[in-house]
Amino acid sequence: MKRIVLGATAALAMMATAANAGTLDDVKARGELICIVNSGFVGFASTDASGKWQGYDIDYCKATAAAVLGDAGKIKYKPATGKTRFTILNSGEGDVLWRNTTWTFVRDVDVKLAFQGVNYYDGQGFMVPKKLGVKSAKELDGASVCIQTGTTTELNLADFFRVNKMKYEPVPTENNEESRTNLLAGRCDVYTTDASGLAATRATFKDPENYVILPEIISKEPLGPVTRHGDDNWSDIIRWVKNALVAAEELGITQANVATMAKGTDNPEINRLLGAEGNLGGMLGLEKDWAVRAIAAVGNYGEIFERNIGTKTKIGLERGLNALWTKGGLQYTPPFR
Amino acid sequence: MASIDTPSPSARSGSGERNILARLWYEKETRGVILQILTVVLLFAFIAYITLNAIANLALLGKTFSFDFLSEPSHYDINQTLIEYTSKSTHFRAGLVGILNTLLVAICGIILATILGFILGVLRLSPNWLVSKMVYCFVEFTRNVPVLLHILLIHGFVVHMLPKPRAAQEWANLADLVFFTNRGVFAPMPLLGDRFSWVATAFLVAVVGSFIFARWAKKHQAATGQHLPVVLINLGAIAALPALAYLLAGSPVGWDIPALKGFNFRGGFVIRPEFLALWLALSLYTSAFIAEIVRAGIEAVSKGQWEASSALGVSRGRTLSLIIIPQAMRVIVPPLTSQYLNLTKNSSLAIAIGYMDIVATVGGITLMQTGKEMETMIIVILFYLGVSLFISAIMNWYNNRIKLVER
Repeated sequence: MKRIVLGATAALAMMATAANAGTLDDVKARGELICIVNSGFVGFASTDASGKWQGYDIDYCKATAAAVLGDAGKIKYKPATGKTRFTILNSGEGDVLWRNTTWTFVRDVDVKLAFQGVNYYDGQGFMVPKKLGVKSAKELDGASVCIQTGTTTELNLADFFRVNKMKYEPVPTENNEESRTNLLAGRCDVYTTDASGLAATRATFKDPENYVILPEIISKEPLGPVTRHGDDNWSDIIRWVKNALVAAEELGITQANVATMAKGTDNPEINRLLGAEGNLGGMLGLEKDWAVRAIAAVGNYGEIFERNIGTKTKIGLERGLNALWTKGGLQYTPPFR
Repeated sequence: MASIDTPSPSARSGSGERNILARLWYEKETRGVILQILTVVLLFAFIAYITLNAIANLALLGKTFSFDFLSEPSHYDINQTLIEYTSKSTHFRAGLVGILNTLLVAICGIILATILGFILGVLRLSPNWLVSKMVYCFVEFTRNVPVLLHILLIHGFVVHMLPKPRAAQEWANLADLVFFTNRGVFAPMPLLGDRFSWVATAFLVAVVGSFIFARWAKKHQAATGQHLPVVLINLGAIAALPALAYLLAGSPVGWDIPALKGFNFRGGFVIRPEFLALWLALSLYTSAFIAEIVRAGIEAVSKGQWEASSALGVSRGRTLSLIIIPQAMRVIVPPLTSQYLNLTKNSSLAIAIGYMDIVATVGGITLMQTGKEMETMIIVILFYLGVSLFISAIMNWYNNRIKLVER
């Protein structure tokens, strides 16, 4: 009996390993990338009137699908709440998590997630109706605060109020939409989440001019893509797709000129990135033109930013920390060589 | 039996051992035993399979199975806490807060649902056509709309229709003491002085005295046929004794009256919209089912009981309370138990509106912050299982007490 049990354990472990190790093979065999995204967050991941997904995180899904499968349309979106996202990823129901997720020690080490860098440097802020006359987060003693449950913001909020010796009433909800409703109905005085999220939420109000985002940013929220532990090849792909888009901006490659540049230029780094020299794509297990396809699908980092959340959109976020390192920001990529 | 006398060809051609097996199989009783053994073996094999699967997959993810996280600080705040709790308390305490919040809404819900259900059930049988039909409409509407919608509807109503705190101060209040806002109902909270123990003692004495008096009155009635107004006397005593003690002690109760300070009312006692919505929705929904159970129970009592009672000149109300309902209880209690269980389990829908029950604390925030899906879900499941079995045990005890004793 003991041997049977051991045998069964081994067989199960092997089955599970087989299912887990080759995410790239799974995606190729399926012909479809399963991308775990936010269930509704204007600017980052939301559906338009015709039900099509669009947004900053969605563009990253498209870039990944284009690099891996050669077609930015072969994606199945799997919407997740703050609470369900890691379970969906770890149980293998999705291939990658592009869902404004903060990189923290515990999530990386103890929850066994593999963070693949930062595609948006964010921080937690507060938004209040203008008529309350609040000028600083330090004036919020006694306020009711709307918050999405199961997020890092919940912990930062508790720390911020405790350190500043203020009291508050947390009003938890499951997603951004419910918090928005609560704020508009006056169930809470303040809404707190990542500053990008505040701007995106405000953009959906009928009267955005009547709400202000307070100056305090109370936390570091580096948002980035997440994969499962134990599939290094797949993690490499996600990390370098993200890096390729930053490198493209740095090197002046855009959605418009990528096809011409791919034919070969004087700059060896561009040639290596776009596959005119060497075979970086092959090392990842992808086609030679993986980066060309990704850039052709969604443009470089700056283009993705400006199209979805930049100053010309109604969300209107500045590049700020997310400018390239050459322009005083933090967006930086290791070299492609 | 015929098959034993003439074994089938396969059994005949096989060895002796197979022959015995075939015989066992064709015998009705042993076949039953064999099938039962097989079922048990398969069941255990299935349980072993899913357990091993869970162990293997946890190992694969490099996750350990341990409840150590319960002693770590939780780092999050909870809005409704019945015991002292801060973000520095442990996950264990956060779980305890969640458990108490679940129990609070379940107990309040069971009490209100039972009262409403009995009233509705009796009214449903009222000879008054309008009353009966109105209750009928209420019951059919309430029990045929999913309880989650009731919760969202009431929560939406409270949050959107009731005024914000500043407006509530102006008009939505009772004598500037109770304030109705979309952040909850704020009411004065009694602050108990030292001499409040006098009042509490007087109350206890009154309650105990009432019980003794009621028993004596019953004996007295049995012996002499004289009926005393027991309920009136007892209620009077329970009200008057503590009131007298209160005056003698020199009004030992102060009141903490809620007042608008900054963003919110402070002080006093608050019933949050989330609790209100969950409590009312669960109570109304379950009361509709209880009303039908009560109606069924009453109608199950033979009509002859009514007729015999009215022939003796007993009024309708007394017939109901002394003759019909005691008999109806035997039919009512078993299905009532499952309604109580349903209400308790339905309270886990709290998360939809952000009421911090056990699913929202341990099964929600703690799960997310520690990544211990397996452990937290086991805690939540065991809690609901424990509570359900406890309610069942109490109701079974009660059922045994009131059931028909055969002589």
